[in-house]
Amino acid sequence: MKKHINNLKIISYRSLNKDFFLLELSVPHSINEIRPGQFVEVLVENSAKTFLRRPFSIHDIDYENQIISLLIQIVGKGTRELSKQKSGEYLNLIYPLGNSFSKPTNEKTLLIGGGAGIAPLLFLAKHFKRLHHKFSVLLGARSENYLVRLKEFKKLSEVFIATEDASLGEKGLVTNHSVLTQAEIGFDKIISCGPKPMMKAVAMIATDKAIDCEVSLENTMACGIGACLCCVEETKHGNVCVCIDGPVFNVKDLKWLI
Amino acid sequence: MANLKVKIHNLELKNPVLTASGTFGYGEEFDDFIDVNRLGGVIVKGTTASKREGNPYPRMVETPSGMLNAVGLQNKGVDNFISDIYPRIKNYKTNIIVNVSGSTISEYVEVSEKINELQNIPAIELNISCPNVKEGGMAFGTSCQAASEVINAVRKVYKKTLIVKLSPNVTDISEIASAAEHSGADSVSLINTLLGMAIDVEKRKPVLSTITGGLSGPAIKPIAIRMVWQVAKAVKIPVIGLGGIMDTADAIEFILAGATAIQVGTANFIDPQISIKIVDGIEKYLNHHKINSIHELIGSL
Ligand SMILES: Cc1cc2nc3c(=O)[nH]c(=O)nc-3n(C[C@H](O)[C@H](O)[C@H](O)COP(=O)(O)OP(=O)(O)OC[C@H]3O[C@@H](n4cnc5c(N)ncnc54)[C@H](O)[C@@H]3O)c2cc1C
Ligand SMILES: Cc1cc2nc3c(=O)[nH]c(=O)nc-3n(C[C@H](O)[C@H](O)[C@H](O)COP(=O)(O)O)c2cc1C
Ligand code: FES
Repeated sequence: MKKHINNLKIISYRSLNKDFFLLELSVPHSINEIRPGQFVEVLVENSAKTFLRRPFSIHDIDYENQIISLLIQIVGKGTRELSKQKSGEYLNLIYPLGNSFSKPTNEKTLLIGGGAGIAPLLFLAKHFKRLHHKFSVLLGARSENYLVRLKEFKKLSEVFIATEDASLGEKGLVTNHSVLTQAEIGFDKIISCGPKPMMKAVAMIATDKAIDCEVSLENTMACGIGACLCCVEETKHGNVCVCIDGPVFNVKDLKWLI
Repeated sequence: MANLKVKIHNLELKNPVLTASGTFGYGEEFDDFIDVNRLGGVIVKGTTASKREGNPYPRMVETPSGMLNAVGLQNKGVDNFISDIYPRIKNYKTNIIVNVSGSTISEYVEVSEKINELQNIPAIELNISCPNVKEGGMAFGTSCQAASEVINAVRKVYKKTLIVKLSPNVTDISEIASAAEHSGADSVSLINTLLGMAIDVEKRKPVLSTITGGLSGPAIKPIAIRMVWQVAKAVKIPVIGLGGIMDTADAIEFILAGATAIQVGTANFIDPQISIKIVDGIEKYLNHHKINSIHELIGSL
């Protein structure tokens, strides 16, 4: 789809807990071609402390009503500033950017999300549901309070949970969860998004078990459109830009496990 | 309607707005957002003799009113440019200018010689000011002698408009500009990025993989304006000004300081339409102030 730059109206702002909030933005044209895995670049206006745009995955989409949702974790000055937005206000976005998760050609996929990395997975889960592709979801967090959007995921599939303090689901990291540690895991593809150490650990397990594995990277970006070459990731085919050649990569193309 | 046309030696620009190397890809990246043909010109990514992978990640960090980058001239080399990229971009109805980079004099000469053969590339910008490569690059732009040597060598093989891009990381930039003029440069562009550094206090380590990087954006604008003003007084060849231009007023500031044309760089990342907004903005400014031609403005302090 052609890239757009537009002021989009915030039609709903919802704080989910002290760290996460959800924005729904109304788009003035068809968004039928936007695919799961793609992201947007948001301008943080009137903020003396930020300069560049901030990239966020498309978390959910309502094709019919032309609405895109962003799930944002407050981690610094830009995201804090964005958390002060109210519905009715406008945000300037460049969208849609990047590639998307590949079309499912396998039997059953496990989606693994940690932290803000769950953002693109809800859109993907809904997409899989529409395609009648079989999948389950494994979510990890420090504790129950940090798990957001659980209800939405549960509406779509079976959800496994790992929390570091055992407040919900199994205790530990997603990579210690029994769904991954058992000998026969029953999935022939894993898609993961979250902190890099988590994605690397997941990639290692998948590779060990010879399961196809896709990850969505969050390298820092300046332009988001392939113009600056700042978001580089080393691959087996040379350096590529995460913003156009990614953010979704198959781990077999990355140099993580060498 | 005000006259926006300017000339950089033999190169005619329909307006004084160019886009800066390394911030505008090959122009195509912006096709969805603007009509690239409306620009005065596009200066494409730094091109070297052979393919370069650039520096490891992280290559970029945001800083107050700007950013540091350490891309390090990642490009597929001049031969790939000629075979794969040039055919795609040669039909833009604007001036496509190649930013020629290198580590040795013979590398600059090789690239310039090859680009000289391309019919639809009317000019090169010789980048003797890249702070992000280990060898060469900025070293050629920080001494008058080294600058003269590389410009003399390129001048012998390059027949069209030769723009030399100057480094601000020097004590007296007008000396280097004069050396460039005397060595055969048709124009100078300035400034490239300022050498800077950022440290992650939690990790207690430099943020960039290369430790230092090049600072760009509005943070460097006052320095760039001062340098353009100094250089415009020191040389007779046209000066192209850049460094932190974010809007029309910034562009006019450079023109008043003595720039015949300007380049928009980092601002393209924040607003991919800004270059065209500045083209329209300059025209509006001239009309509003009842100035018939941009030439009345250049260096008119
Ligand atoms: C393709 C992509 C998709 C993303 N999707 C989402 C999403 O859906 N939801 C979400 O909450 N976040 C997402 N992120 C991460 C988000 O962009 C950063 O958290 C945000 O830019 C931080 O801005 P800030 O001003 O609040 O932080 P800053 O004040 O700039 O920095 C605070 C901390 O955040 C870290 N940080 C800054 N930028 C990034 C970055 N790009 N990636 C990772 N860490 C960063 C810094 O290193 C620092 O430790 C995504 C990033 C990318 C590249
Ligand atoms: C990401 C990035 C890459 C750059 N790459 C090049 C390059 O390849 N060659 C060059 O001469 N200058 C390069 N520059 C410098 C810019 O062309 C420009 O001189 C500088 O950024 C100052 O202008 P600005 O503040 O408007 O960006 C680069 C700048 C940035 C931010
Ligand atoms: S962020 Fe500029 S190329 Fe990817």
